[in-house]
Amino acid sequence: MSVSLQPAMPKSWRPESKPHKFCPGCGHGLVLKCLGEAIDELGIQDRVVFGCDIGCSLLSWDFFNCDSVQTHHGRTTPVMTGIKRANPDLITVAYMGDGGGYAIGIGGIVNAAARNEKVTVLLANNTVYAMTGGQMSPCTMPGQKVETAPYGRDPEATGMPTQGPEMLAAITGEGAYVARGTTANLKQLKGYIKKALQNQMDGRGFSFVEALAGCPTNWRTNAEKTWAFIEKEMPQYYKVGEKKNPFEVKKEVQQNG
Amino acid sequence: MSEKPIIGEKRAFMTGNEVVAWACLAAGADIMYGYPITPQNEIMHYWTRLIPKYDRKFLQTEDELSAGFTTIGGVLAGLKAFTATAGPGNTLMQEPMSMAEMMRLPTVSIVQQRGGPSTATVIYSQQEVTMTTQGGNGEGIRIVYSPSNHQELFDYTLKAFNTAWKYRFPTFVLGDGYQAKLRESVTLYDPEERGYVRVPSEKYVGKPGSIGVDREPGLYRNTFNTEEELYDVLQQHFADYEKMAPEVIEYEQENVEDADLVIIAHGVVFRGVKDAVKELREAGYKVGFFRPITLRPFPAEQLRAVADKTKKLLIAESAQGQLAKLIQSAIYGATAEIVPLFRPGVGITTEQIVARAKEAL
Amino acid sequence: MAKAVKICMAGEGGQGVQSVAGILADAANELGREALYIPNFGVEQRGGVSIAFLQIHDKHIGAPKFDKADILVALSDRAVRRCRQYVDANTVFVYDASIQGVENDLPKEGEAKKVLAIPALEISQNELHPRVFNILIMGAVIGATGVIPVDAAKSAIEKKLGYKFEQNPQLREMNFKAIERGIELMK
Repeated sequence: MSVSLQPAMPKSWRPESKPHKFCPGCGHGLVLKCLGEAIDELGIQDRVVFGCDIGCSLLSWDFFNCDSVQTHHGRTTPVMTGIKRANPDLITVAYMGDGGGYAIGIGGIVNAAARNEKVTVLLANNTVYAMTGGQMSPCTMPGQKVETAPYGRDPEATGMPTQGPEMLAAITGEGAYVARGTTANLKQLKGYIKKALQNQMDGRGFSFVEALAGCPTNWRTNAEKTWAFIEKEMPQYYKVGEKKNPFEVKKEVQQNG
Repeated sequence: MSEKPIIGEKRAFMTGNEVVAWACLAAGADIMYGYPITPQNEIMHYWTRLIPKYDRKFLQTEDELSAGFTTIGGVLAGLKAFTATAGPGNTLMQEPMSMAEMMRLPTVSIVQQRGGPSTATVIYSQQEVTMTTQGGNGEGIRIVYSPSNHQELFDYTLKAFNTAWKYRFPTFVLGDGYQAKLRESVTLYDPEERGYVRVPSEKYVGKPGSIGVDREPGLYRNTFNTEEELYDVLQQHFADYEKMAPEVIEYEQENVEDADLVIIAHGVVFRGVKDAVKELREAGYKVGFFRPITLRPFPAEQLRAVADKTKKLLIAESAQGQLAKLIQSAIYGATAEIVPLFRPGVGITTEQIVARAKEAL
Repeated sequence: MAKAVKICMAGEGGQGVQSVAGILADAANELGREALYIPNFGVEQRGGVSIAFLQIHDKHIGAPKFDKADILVALSDRAVRRCRQYVDANTVFVYDASIQGVENDLPKEGEAKKVLAIPALEISQNELHPRVFNILIMGAVIGATGVIPVDAAKSAIEKKLGYKFEQNPQLREMNFKAIERGIELMK
């Protein structure tokens, strides 16, 4: 009889809530693994407050062995802002999807970025409102068929996909860190998340990471097609990379200083 | 409107959300503004699939605040605009609906109640009665229908558009997650073939003509400078509301003349009450029912007449006394004993109603 | 039939409980009878126990949920535990024979009208095809309740899956055989 080894779980993960409730193939599990490892490597489990939104992200309310708060749809950033301002020693992470972030939550994120709030926003972008059954989100791509654009998203009628990190990088203050990663490159994604958290720990400013993620359930794709979507389709509209990087500037200053 | 969505009549077997979409089509609704929230999402799914054929419109907004305000925009432009929501979305909807109340705008909203407060469950409740009848920072100057089955969901959603545009109060169809998701038979019909006369919509802005030449500009506001101004405006709204009420109030009652106990419920819970009363009567108990169909305006006079002639009122609702508050306010002074059957967020079966009634008698 | 027949089916997400309830409801409706079908659901898109409440009657049906079922079919251990509340002395309790670890959860003597273990999973895996497991269950429900004639069920399946049968006529045979096999199990 063979004994299967469990993959190593981040220490900051809560074993009692595993196996988790996300669908097979869901991007959330991967993003949260990167976050868990980043928390472990930075040694901040005791200081982290993890906030989740409403949507599939709500399933992560008991995902971590960290203080966690499930908030309302689009209101995770303000709640984490409220906590951070009340107790700056805490490391607040606002976790959400593209619907909760860029639609109903846009006011919260834009204003947090504009005020350079020292919170870290982590947003999983799977181009749809997943938990409610696959409606169009600000990140649905042109021609993509979704429940409320059954004949395909028409940019003439509803605009082009929201470029979240680019928009936030343009309006946020000096010292902010803004990036877009992908679940197709977990090493890079984890690196971005670590820098985002470090940025908050250093007290430099706002930090934001968008992660391209899969939703085979609502995309109705098999494993192969899911990855093709993340690796080939999504990068046509969503470019991976660091959009604002105070660590670079710091390095430059050190070099030139 | 390019072609009629329903010709004659046809029996269908579908979910409540689909019924709503068809009713809005049949009512001649021009545009839906909406936002995803369970359990009403499928109204949008069906609407977006049906509308290209019938030349109607849709926009998914960024949230419910916007869905409500864009619906107001649609109405101001003279279109029959509607929206749909539930739970926390309904909470957000109160802001735009307050504006609709103050400015007497004929919005139509379908609400599919789910557990509350906060996110609670996506499933079912009757916990949005207080909010839908009395929400926002005002006096509840609105009309609320509470259907109990798919046929009524169709009939009252149709009616809501006429009621809204005739009397100019924000109008609501209060359903719930069970009605939204259950499948049962319904007869869809062309309303005009049944003598339904469509109340026309009217532009508030963009009326034809040249300003200063053959028309005045439409100037609308919801802010006033002095208490007295506000008071006068509200008195006019109240007067219009009182005048409308007898024409709009609907209710149902049966077996109340000699009843020792009258069961009161609304919406889907009423279905179980109807069966329960039948069962209890067959077992020799003197029981009747009263069912408000409009929760706002509430059939107060009619209920008071019933309450005065009976000893006990069993109030069955999937909330913690929200219907009871409407009832107690309506029958203030009556001496009948209130027997609560409150199950917030949980369905109520015929068996439970029968048991409670027997207990009380 | 004086009262509505109350059918409750429960299983893991993916076992096809909702499909079967839907087909039975459609079939009853096609026959001009009244049917009311309501699925239960929580927040999760996938997973969790899936329960279907179905009532079939000749008159307009009352409350969509009921306290006790006339027939309850449980297809997993979680379903067995979750649905105990719907069982009383008048309930025919049917569960799949392959379910493990529910000895303490099954209705005891006198707590249900009948308790039947049917080897539906085994039969569908060995004799038919795992995909028609839920159709076999549907046959069992028809066999136990007589709630709709076999032909109506076959008709409803044809209506729903006809397009698949066009491509692969063997599927039709398989599905129809599954219904009949299910009915047999209840004799």
